[in-house]
Amino acid sequence: MTDPTTLSAVDQVAALRAGDLDAAGLFAAYRERAAADDTNSFTWLADGPDDAAAAVPDGARARSVDGPEPTFDVPADDALSVRGLPVAVKDLFCVTGVPTASCSELLRGYRPPHTATAVARLQAGGATVLGKTNQDEFAMGSSNENSAFGAVLNPWDRTRVPGGSSGGSAAAVAAGLAPVALGTDTGGSVRQPAALCGVVGLKPTYGSVSRFGMIAFASSLDQAGVLARDVRDAALVLAHLTGAADPRDSTSIGWQGDALGLPSADRLDGLRIGVPTDLLGEGIDPGVRASFDAALRTAEELGASIVEITLPHARHALAAYYVIAPAEASSNLARFDGVRYGNRAAADDLVSLYTRTRHDGFGPEVRRRIMLGTFALSAGYYDAYYGRAQQVRTKVVEDFATAHEQVDLIATPTSPTVAWGLGERTDDPWAMYRADVMTLPQSLAGVPAISIPCGLDDGLPVGLQLSGPAFGEPRILDAAHALERAIGFDGTPPRSGRTGEGGAGGADATSGGGAA
Amino acid sequence: MSTAYEPVIGLEIHVQLGTRTKMFCGCELSFGDPPNTHTCPVCLGMPGTLPTINREAVRLGLMIGMALGGELDDRLVFHRKSYFYPDLPKGYQISQFDRPLVSGGSLGDVRLERVHLEEDAAKLTHLGESGRIGGSTASVVDYNRGGTPLAEIVTRPDIHSAEQASSWLRLLRETLRQLGVSDVNMEEGSLRCDANISIRPVGTDGLGTKTELKNMNSFRFIEQGINAEVARQTRIVQDGGRVEQETLHFDPRSGSITSLRSKEGSHDYRYFPEPDLPPVAVPTELFDLARAAIPELPLDREARYVDVHGLNDESARLLAFRRELGDYYEATVAAAGATPDGEAAPDGVTRPAEPADDPADTRRQIANWIGNDLVRRLTAEDADDDAAGDPQASKVTPQALAALVALVRAKSITRKAGGQVLDALVAEGGEPAAIVERDGLAAIGGGDELRPVVQAALDANPDVVEKLRSGNMKPIGVIVGAVMKETRGRADAGAVTQLAREILGL
Ligand SMILES: [Zn+2]
Repeated sequence: MTDPTTLSAVDQVAALRAGDLDAAGLFAAYRERAAADDTNSFTWLADGPDDAAAAVPDGARARSVDGPEPTFDVPADDALSVRGLPVAVKDLFCVTGVPTASCSELLRGYRPPHTATAVARLQAGGATVLGKTNQDEFAMGSSNENSAFGAVLNPWDRTRVPGGSSGGSAAAVAAGLAPVALGTDTGGSVRQPAALCGVVGLKPTYGSVSRFGMIAFASSLDQAGVLARDVRDAALVLAHLTGAADPRDSTSIGWQGDALGLPSADRLDGLRIGVPTDLLGEGIDPGVRASFDAALRTAEELGASIVEITLPHARHALAAYYVIAPAEASSNLARFDGVRYGNRAAADDLVSLYTRTRHDGFGPEVRRRIMLGTFALSAGYYDAYYGRAQQVRTKVVEDFATAHEQVDLIATPTSPTVAWGLGERTDDPWAMYRADVMTLPQSLAGVPAISIPCGLDDGLPVGLQLSGPAFGEPRILDAAHALERAIGFDGTPPRSGRTGEGGAGGADATSGGGAA
Repeated sequence: MSTAYEPVIGLEIHVQLGTRTKMFCGCELSFGDPPNTHTCPVCLGMPGTLPTINREAVRLGLMIGMALGGELDDRLVFHRKSYFYPDLPKGYQISQFDRPLVSGGSLGDVRLERVHLEEDAAKLTHLGESGRIGGSTASVVDYNRGGTPLAEIVTRPDIHSAEQASSWLRLLRETLRQLGVSDVNMEEGSLRCDANISIRPVGTDGLGTKTELKNMNSFRFIEQGINAEVARQTRIVQDGGRVEQETLHFDPRSGSITSLRSKEGSHDYRYFPEPDLPPVAVPTELFDLARAAIPELPLDREARYVDVHGLNDESARLLAFRRELGDYYEATVAAAGATPDGEAAPDGVTRPAEPADDPADTRRQIANWIGNDLVRRLTAEDADDDAAGDPQASKVTPQALAALVALVRAKSITRKAGGQVLDALVAEGGEPAAIVERDGLAAIGGGDELRPVVQAALDANPDVVEKLRSGNMKPIGVIVGAVMKETRGRADAGAVTQLAREILGL
């Protein structure tokens, strides 16, 4: 039969169910491709399908509630089975016994005693872990250049960044090294690399997917998400990530939306799509804008109406985000002190143990954000920074609520630009941070959003972002599916893809930022 | 000349709550188990783990709030308090900050500021001479304690002496113990007390600069520590100096006070709302469960013993402040048929057909027998408060003690013989009447049996008789003593004196 890795995940699991494909063979096919990877997308590869499903050592379970280990509800519908599907997992998801470093030098070699709920849910459904993917250290970045495991190269052009922080997950799916991948999105970290790599990236409603076992960046913003080659594949994985609330995560609220299935819509009749004119000002590349406008026309042809709206406070989202996320990060990363786990610097006393371990273990961007966040929470500055940022966040939430009285979905370009060159923005954190200006507002509001490829600009993918109200995923997925079919984007990067001088992993962790 | 100063003291008390599991994970609490055997990824702060709130700890916190008459918050809001130290696995402690579970309230004559919930730190042991981190050769951490639920109780500065501080703390400890929210053992650290201390000229209202005195793990150390700190501050002020705001460590071995850190070196804890625990409403059923579980508290019981039972203050406090004594007392009173009108007798006590002839006196006698005689016999000589004997665990049943008191009140045996009966009851249990019979302890009441013994004693002491006849009654004690010796204490001293007078015609 044809190379199974050319099939969509939905078709793969159908073939597995029908007996036309065997799980070991599918896993081996991806394993082989991933082993030959030249984009540096993976930090660890499983030897076989059972490699990452090792038994949890006794006494190492995270007993956050009484009673036995949690069991996970798996979708009953056969069409939503993931049995036998290999999944690539962003490095920051803990998997029992599997190297999990959040791509930080400080945690290199660390093997957690517990598995993230998102991963465990997929495993409960029969999916297997193919490997861990590269990312920006602790998910801090928009280019995947801040990784202790080296930069990831964009499969469309190996001189360019894949976006971040889930750069490895996006590149792996784009390069056909994994059918689907888990990422995390704090300010755009699933959607933006999806856009830059020409794949689908879905960030679900905050609270709908458990954060247990995800090494935290910013707790109130982090959300597990999916990178996939098409919208149906993303929907398939989402059906497994969501379900009952996780008793081990107090921010997990369980799925409260309409039942999730595989989207099949091919029309958008009656759908009102809002375009926030105040977000689409300067800073958007003309080629990106052209692809975006073309996608809006396609939507109209499918029966949708385009409505101009405003999100008056969204332009402040960037500033609020760069207070809230570093503040939470500065606290979340305090546990990395070299005392109990991770790599410890040699030192004669406690203070130098802390300072050397953390100085040597954290990359420059992580150190920058810890300092930003520590400052923002300091006595005398809290109200002016953290308190103020939370007020802005409340306003942004209200903006979205008001907008959704008028429209069903909101559309923007995912990223103002296509993928930029490796090293191009590493000395300019502000330029890097600006890459997420379209994705940060939805993160602050906690609403779901998807990025789908909507065209090429100078041979590089452009992403269209569609967001909706909380638990509006079914409608977002339907609309994205209809648009995806009508746009007909060919997600296969050119085989001959432009290559640069440096090979995979050549770029070291450098200074310079990016959101998440 | 010198101005007189008075101390102004507020206490901060950390109470380990007696839940089965830790504050934010499912690890069972332990004391004395091998180090690091009660841990999990959550309480070790492993990457990717998240806290979940222990409802039982919230219920116990609500009980404390209700018992102290504070205002209860209907939302649970936690913050992170950040500082780096190896006893804090996450680099922050999850605590309550601007919305404590309980605000205000009072206990006795001390008002409360707040009661809030938080997690305990791990236990650090510094090896080496000093027992402090500076100068230690190594430090080891036991994370078993880390994550234990704590209630921090903060008083207003309403205390004005070391003695008041320690007696109020006893009251608080008894209240918490009787609430059943903690085992409040200071030595094991389940009750820990810090004191905020300042001084001011007597008669003024202002508050001076306060210092925080830590590490006082017994009532004695609390008194010693506060007295030492008040003396230190008074010396400074009298010498024209100024007290610096700082955190102090009291060393009970040397009685000395050393500075842990000054205000300049104080932590910026960078409090911010814990994003892993979004504010949630306190479930209404927790309020109901808490309210239903609150027993009669020591101060209320003390008042009832004085007002209704007619006990004196001292007896009332003794019995009320130790729940097991109070319960035993009430069971004994019921067995004696002396339960006050309108009060229900405790379950499981067989009551006599006839009520006691003088219930109030019966109750006073029972209180005396328990407080003075029984507890002393059950308590080892060198035991401290916490190890005082528990009559409920002894061989002396409330029925037996009631019978013994009845025998003494009826003068069927003397009080001294009663003590011998009690000795036997403590040693082997049984019925007082049978012991009296067996050991021949019945009082020699009438003159028939006693007269010859008294006569013999007078005959044997002619010099005493001489003095008695001359009007000097002082040596009568010699006669009484001789009779007591002969009758092994069964004679009534009054009756002996009376008989001696009759025989001598006085
Ligand atoms: Zn634990």
